[in-house]
Parts: sequence; C-alpha cells; structure tokens
Amino acid sequence: MRHVGNRVARPEGPAKVEGRAVYVDDIPRAKDEWVGGTLRSPVAHGKLRCIERGDFDFSRVVVVTAEDIPGDNVQALIVDDQPILCADTVRHVEEPIALVAAPDQGTLCAALDALEPRIDPLEPVFDAERSQDVQSEISIDKGDVDATFEGATRIVEGEYHTDSQEQLYIETQGMIADPPTADGTITVRGSLQCPHYVQKALRRAFAVPPEKARVVQCETGGGFGGKEDYPSVVACHAALLAHASGHRVRMVYDRNEDLLATPKRHPSRVRHRTVVADDGTLLAMDIDVLLDGGAYTTLSPVVLSRGVIHAAGAYRCDNIRIRGRVVGTNHVPYGAFRGFGAPQVCFAIERQMDRIAASLGIHPVVIRQRNMLRLGDRTATSQLLKESVGSEEVLRRILAHTGFDRHEWRKERSGNKRRGVGLSFFYHGAGFTGSGEEMLKGKVTVELDDDGCALVRAGSTEIGQGKNAMFTAIAADALGAEPDAITIVDPDTAAVPDSGPTVASRTCMIVGGCLDKACRTLADRVGGDPNTPFRERASAFVRGGGDAVATETYGSPPGLQWDQNAYRGDAYPVFGWAADVAEVEVDLTTFDVEIVRFVTCVDVGHAIQPQIVEGQIEGGTLQSIGWSHIEVMTAENGRFRQDRLATCIIPTSLDTPPIDVLLVEEPFSNGPFGAKGVGELPMDGGAPAIASAIEDAIGVHVTHVPATPERLLEAWLEAHPDDAFFEAKR
Amino acid sequence: MKFDKPRSLGEALSILADAELEPHLLAGGTDLLVEIDTGRTAPPHVVDIWGIPELHGIQREAEGVRIGSLTTCTELYRDARTPDILRDAAWEVGAEQIRNRATIGGNLGTASPAADLTPVLFALGATVRLCARRGDRDLSARQFITGYRSNALRPSELIHSVWIPDRPDDERRAFRKVGTRRAQSISKLVVAVAFRIEGEVVIACRGGAGSVAPRTIDLPVLTREILGRRCTPERIAHAARMSAALDCAPVDDVRSTALYRREVFARVLVDLLSR
Ligand SMILES: Cc1cc2nc3c(=O)[nH]c(=O)nc-3n(C[C@H](O)[C@H](O)[C@H](O)COP(=O)(O)OP(=O)(O)OC[C@H]3O[C@@H](n4cnc5c(N)ncnc54)[C@H](O)[C@@H]3O)c2cc1C
Repeated sequence: MRHVGNRVARPEGPAKVEGRAVYVDDIPRAKDEWVGGTLRSPVAHGKLRCIERGDFDFSRVVVVTAEDIPGDNVQALIVDDQPILCADTVRHVEEPIALVAAPDQGTLCAALDALEPRIDPLEPVFDAERSQDVQSEISIDKGDVDATFEGATRIVEGEYHTDSQEQLYIETQGMIADPPTADGTITVRGSLQCPHYVQKALRRAFAVPPEKARVVQCETGGGFGGKEDYPSVVACHAALLAHASGHRVRMVYDRNEDLLATPKRHPSRVRHRTVVADDGTLLAMDIDVLLDGGAYTTLSPVVLSRGVIHAAGAYRCDNIRIRGRVVGTNHVPYGAFRGFGAPQVCFAIERQMDRIAASLGIHPVVIRQRNMLRLGDRTATSQLLKESVGSEEVLRRILAHTGFDRHEWRKERSGNKRRGVGLSFFYHGAGFTGSGEEMLKGKVTVELDDDGCALVRAGSTEIGQGKNAMFTAIAADALGAEPDAITIVDPDTAAVPDSGPTVASRTCMIVGGCLDKACRTLADRVGGDPNTPFRERASAFVRGGGDAVATETYGSPPGLQWDQNAYRGDAYPVFGWAADVAEVEVDLTTFDVEIVRFVTCVDVGHAIQPQIVEGQIEGGTLQSIGWSHIEVMTAENGRFRQDRLATCIIPTSLDTPPIDVLLVEEPFSNGPFGAKGVGELPMDGGAPAIASAIEDAIGVHVTHVPATPERLLEAWLEAHPDDAFFEAKR
Repeated sequence: MKFDKPRSLGEALSILADAELEPHLLAGGTDLLVEIDTGRTAPPHVVDIWGIPELHGIQREAEGVRIGSLTTCTELYRDARTPDILRDAAWEVGAEQIRNRATIGGNLGTASPAADLTPVLFALGATVRLCARRGDRDLSARQFITGYRSNALRPSELIHSVWIPDRPDDERRAFRKVGTRRAQSISKLVVAVAFRIEGEVVIACRGGAGSVAPRTIDLPVLTREILGRRCTPERIAHAARMSAALDCAPVDDVRSTALYRREVFARVLVDLLSR
C-alpha cells in the first residue's frame, strides 16, 4: 500500500481551486439555446381547475403541461404518487404545474407572469401527528418488551423533536437538456449525485429504453443528499421542454427557488420509554418514531427504514420494540440529507441516555459504557456484530483525549457565561440497508489502454467528497501502478456502468471494493515482474492482445441474512462507530451558544485518504453543529420561511470551533483495504453532544433541536421565573 | 434604466435637481443591489455617487468629527477618530466584503429597522447633513429616520455627511448586537447607549436600538427612568424593564420572536448599563 493511506492529488482539485471548474451554469450557451422555468403552486392543497393565460404572446415561448408528457406523468422513484407536473390535485406549495421555455430570461419571466393557475383550495394538513396518510410503517420487535415493562420498577420516558434542515449545497439545482436526436435519444447533463436515478426517471417520462436516455454528470457543487432524488425532477422538466421546443434548454434554479421547492431533512418526533436496572443496564426499550414525509413519498420509506434501525442507538438491549411511521402532509416533500433518518433518532436516543443517567445519578460515560454494543453483541435487528467494532476504542480514545469521564456533569455552575461539556456515542450502518446492495448489484469496469493506463468506469459521482482521489488510490495500489496511470471516467450513463447511487456512505466501501477487485483481476492478468513499472507491463499486455477489461459486480459478504418483513437480521454489512465531545459556553444574557471546542473520534475501518476522511468528518460535524443550534428551517402554511441566504442561516467560519478529529481503524474484511463508510456518520452525533453540553452548562434539558437562543431563553425562564423581566405569554 | 455617474458634488446635485424620473442614489450598493435583485425596487434612474470625492473621508472639526456619507464600515472601523461604539458596530456589519462597500450614508438611506450603525448614531446624538442645490440642512439622526424604511430625504437631496460631537471624557458607551450567528448576520436586536455618571447619579443618557420596533428607535423611557437617579442595580433593572416594555414594539419574524427580543433587550440593557 503506497497510495492508500497517503495523500493522492485530487484530479478535479486544481480547476476548482483556481476557479476554472465548469458548473452547469458556466457551460457556454449554445447558439439557439433556450431557458426553462417552472410555474408553481402558490397554495399547499387544492384542485387545479385550469391555467389561465393572460396578456402575452405565447407563440414566442413553449408551454408544457401534464398532457404533453410522452410517457407516464410519474416521477419514477419508489412509489408512483408524484406527478412530473400537477394534473389535478396540488399537494404542496411550489408544486410544479407547468413548464415554460423561452429564448431568453426576460421573455421567460414575462410568460411565467402571464400564467395563472386557478386552484380551488382544499384543507391542508401540516401537523404530522394529525395526518392519516401513512406513507410507510416499520416495526422492529426483539424479545418481550411488554413483560419487561410489567415488572419494571424504573421507567424513564422522554419525547424528542428535531426540525428540518437545508442541505445548502453551494451550487443550486441545474440541468441542460438537448432535444431528442433523430433516433430519439434524450441527453441531459447536470448537477447530480445519481446518474442512473435520473436515467430511470427519464425512461418513465418518455417511455424510452435506457440507451435512449443519456445522463451526464457535470461538475457538481455539493449535494449532501439534496442531489439524490431532486435532479430527476429538474431533468424531466428540462427534457420535456427540450422535447417540446426543439431547442437545448437550460434550467438553473436561483437560490430562492431552490430553497422553496427542493427537499430537506425530515422533521421528527421520537418517544422513548425505557426500563432500566438500578445500575443503568437497559432492560427494555419502547420507541416510537414519527417523520413528516411531506406531500409525496419520494425517498421517505428508506429514510424511515434507516431511522428505525438506528433508533435504539449503539446499545445492547434484549427487549426492543420500535414503531416507525412516516406520514404525508402538505409540506414540500422531505428527502435525503446526509445521515438519512439517523441524525434524528440519534439525537433522541442520546438525549434519552443522558436522561436515564441523570435519573440514576450516574455519569453519562458510565451509562454508555454499561450498555454499548461490543464485538459479539446483537443489535436491535438481532444482527450479530462479528468484526470491525470500534465501539470501545472510540470511547476510550475520546475520554483519554478530553478527560470527559472526570468532568462533573450537570454540576451547578455560576456566572453569566456558563460552560458545559457533553458526550454522544453512536454508530451508523454503512451501505444500503438489508438486501439493498444484493438487489442493486453495483458494477465497476476497469479498462487498460494501449499506454498501460487504467480507465475506471463507474456511475459514482464526485460531489466534492473526494471520490476521484479515493478511487485513484485504491486503483493504484490494487494494480501496483502510479496514480498518473489512472483516469477516473466522468459519469455518463453512455460510458459507465451503474455502480449504484452516490449515497448511503457506500461509494468507498461498496464501489471502492468492486474497484479493488477489478483492479486485482487485471493486475493478475497483466502479471510480469513487479519491479517493472505497471504501465510498461500493462501496455505490452494490451498490445499483445490481452483481455484488457475487467468488470466487477458487487456481491454481499457471505453469510449476511436479512428478513425484510420482520426487519430482522444483518441490516448492514458493517457499522462505523463514533463518539463526540462538545464544550460550549452559553451566554445568559442572550442565550447564544458558542461551541468552544469539539472532539470527534471515528472508527472508519481504514482511511484510504486520511486528509479527505478528516475533511468529511469535519464537514459532517459542522453540519451537525449547525443543526444543533443555528440552522432554523421552518414552514408556515407549508411554505419555507427561510427562502434566501439572508435568512437561511448556516454556520460561518467564525461559528466553527476547532474540531479535533481522532481516527480509529478497525478494519472491515470486506471493504477495500479494510475501509468502511464514513460519509454520514459525522452528521449523527454533534447535535446530541451539544444539547448535552448546553444542559450541563445551564441545567436546561434540551429535547428539541435546533436549540436556538429563543428556545433556550424560554426553557430557562420556565425553570427560573424570577429571572424573567416579562411574563411569558403562552 | 437611466444611469449617471457624477464626478463632483455639484454635478450630482444638479442631476438630482433636474431629474424627471425618481432618482435612486447608489453608494456601496449592498442594499440597493439586493433590492433590485429581489424585485423590491425597479429604479428608473440610478445615480452612482461613489465617484464623488467630497463625500468620502473623515474630518476633524472644531467640536466633533464629520464623517462623509460614503465612508465604508471598513474605513470607520480602521479610523481612530471614529467613536468606539461606532467602530464596534461597523466591525459587526456583514463580513469583510460587505464592510468594504457598505457605507454609513447607505445605512441611513435604507432606514432599515435592523440597521446596525444607525442606533449608534442615535446614542451619540449625531447630526445628518443633507445637501441639495437649493441649500443644505442638518437634522439629528433621530429626526432623519421617520419610519419603517423611510427617512426625511427629499428627492433632490443626498446625505452629505454625519457629524458626531466630541465625547465628554467621563462618558460611558456600550454597544451590543445580537445576531443569528457570529458573522454575516442581520440583527435580532441591537442596542447602543452613551451615558454619564457623576457621583452615583446618572447625569446624561441617550440610547438607540434596532430590530425591536418597525424603525430604529431612541430610548426616551430609558432616559426618563434613569436620568438624575442613583445608578443602582435595582434602578438599572427597573429602567431596562420599562424601556423594554414601552420603548420597544418587537414582532415575531423569520429571525426571532417578540418575546425573545423584549426579554433579551432588557437583559442586554442591564448588561450595557452595568459595565
Ligand atoms: C450580505 C449582507 C450583509 C449585511 N449585513 C449588515 C449588517 O450586519 N448590519 C447592517 O446594518 N447592515 C447590513 N447589511 C445592509 C447594508 O450593507 C448596509 O445597510 C449598508 O450600510 C448600506 O450601505 P451601501 O453604501 O451599500 O448602500 P446602498 O445600497 O448603496 O444604498 C442604500 C440606500 O441608501 C441610499 N443612499 C445611499 N447613499 C446615500 C446618500 N449619500 N445620500 C442619500 N441616500 C443614499 C440609496 O439610494 C439606497 O436607497 C448587509 C447587506 C448585505 C448584502
């Protein structure tokens, strides 16, 4: 291993740093290119009667409505409930109703202004608790929960809430579609995470076979899950306009449209009832998870699935009942965001563990040490943890680094600025849930050319997370080559196989694993003296007529079993483990929370590119820090209030504390060089660690994130009515 | 859109005096360009005043400092002649790029209730000089701001400068901005006070506050409750409560709640007066 573990240059790096990288909006305009826009619903729920055309010469533009869709009016994903364009019932604010393409922006705006959807309003539902529309329901049952509750002497109950969160990728959603070629091929290029998802959506919309729907990824300015499913919507829209107008059509959302119309993290409510022994041992856990899915199903069942599986936390308990539901409301559909259901439930269980510790008068570290999952234990789904379990090591390392086990948690503190420290301990399943990978069968192809260079073909996308460098390092070491002999082919459905979506912390572990194997196959074929440079050997091999192409299809590690009906078995091939310690200072004048210091210790299996891994951990941690107390994202009458960068607040560099990243490497036998997923894990633990630290500082039990100064002030005044200048009007 | 870029004050005043369409002055553009971009304003005539030398710079005068309307937050912050709380406020505006363009005249011109410099000008008893071809006039900053995003400026006028009287040696001044984050943030509330204590008695007190009412406000109730009184913790708390109750008229909005604003305004005031 010479490149794995050492720094490899990021192929796309210099262009990004020097500002030469070409994003969707930077691609030079074609001569007769048009611009596309979307007519959206101003109301959250109603019957669409008609679209009135006002004073405008519509011959100058092309308008597309539901009737103009050549294939099904279905946004193909999981459930067929979401139309590409609303035909009948509007279910959320900003729902697309019609599309317009025009030669220029001014004409487009004028045309959109002249279109008026007539909608008879219907009663909307915004409260998930009140919704009757269950999009998906999942149960996990282990042991005998009821019997344990019956004989229980100590039951701890808690209810926890998390609000939504915006991904805020720097580059907004954007697509360019070409009109169909003579043979009917549709091509779109754009900012996206999952080219083959977009292809699937286009196939359905146009009723064409896969080879007639070509999807090319452009340089992508961030995704965080926000470009998992929504690019399919933009792609279908742009392609419909290109199809109808005969022009190349570009659709790039401005920030306002992007904030208002695209999916965000699911808001959650999680209830815990826990039976504990006097020493803190968990005897039974009864957990109820509710997610607001928004107006259409989109990815919600999968988000719920991950949420439910992680709801009991990284703890051992023989009796567990988890009931999870995601319900429909008239909110803009919620969707994928780093962590994918896990941050919500992690917040709840970690707060519950603190609550249990407080009720028993024991230290937060002790309650976790007593109950943490270890090698040989079984999870909530009864998955046996057979290898790569860094649980004890991450906790040991973070305690050694921070001394948190000696900190007197929730001691009465004084002064106007109060410091506190909090801990979270968590795990995150890497890769798709259950048999997901088995069904998907992701593929990677590696091809050697005449010069002995390797072309790596996979649908996995570079979205700023460092995939290209990671693939380069793996391929180089597996082949025994230098990085300059490796080219990562840019994702284009016409040129790369479907390696699966770039989501679920799977690209390194799953796709990187396939890449490793494909490269080793080629290295074996090429053979020769390892002291001779690989390129020389490979070039001779190819010129000599050797079989220069190797394709590897993912196969699950042997012995994995998953029962999708009972939600029992091996939910994930492996888990990443982590612990966070946050130190905060709360200002009792303003209830501003300053994160003084943050330490995170993460078991990543093996760090293929340590610097990139640390970057992922810092970035994910910062998103979690933002969600914990700064990032407010709320809807009013179904419309997001934070609709501009002036109001959609995320941390700046001044809000970012020093973050110490400690890496633990417990190798995973089935991951490339021992690596396992790390992309999402850092998003899970920051919020509960900070909530715990706030509680330590000011004694207020934080059960709702973001813990904004407004919420903290109210909680403080409730606990200290004498300190209030004014009586809270409730 | 008609666009002019005068090179002298005289030229600018003539353009304004002769303008037929409603002229919009462009200084740093950090407010105006946002308004144009979001469609809130569609000015038929823009007059870019950035190139007028007379409006730049800070000058010492006999009994105060005169700050040209085009003085940026960066310049305010860097200049030792700027009163301390105005420097503090300038430092907390936006971030570096914004501070390099955002001017004191623009802050007054927009008359946003969330403006950070304006409350300080209230607390310092600043005077705003308005120029027109017909002549100049001076208004107190307090008189200049007339309501929600409105001010006393006439179409033919521009803000020439802000005059701040020299500070008494024994004056205490304090400023606090409470934002949604530590940089690039609009105030949830902002408070400035300047006061003097002789013995234990408050002999002068002037305040200004933002984001707690539809406009930048002065704090007459605070002044009334504390002037001539012994500056005890009880008196400060009482005055702060009265001021929060009667001077402020906060609302719930996307940045904060009325409850938070009122309560924290009082807490901040206590903190500032106790320093
Ligand atoms: C990202 C961002 C962050 C910001 N953060 C803050 C902040 O933290 N605190 C804060 O207070 N503000 C903030 N602002 C608002 C803005 O920067 C300030 O109000 C600034 O002082 C405006 O100055 P300007 O020169 O850019 O004004 P311009 O946009 O040029 O003008 C603003 C208005 O004033 C008028 N005007 C300007 N100069 C004159 C003059 N000499 N005579 C008459 N009228 C005039 C213009 O016609 C216009 O109506 C922020 C803005 C942005 C975009």
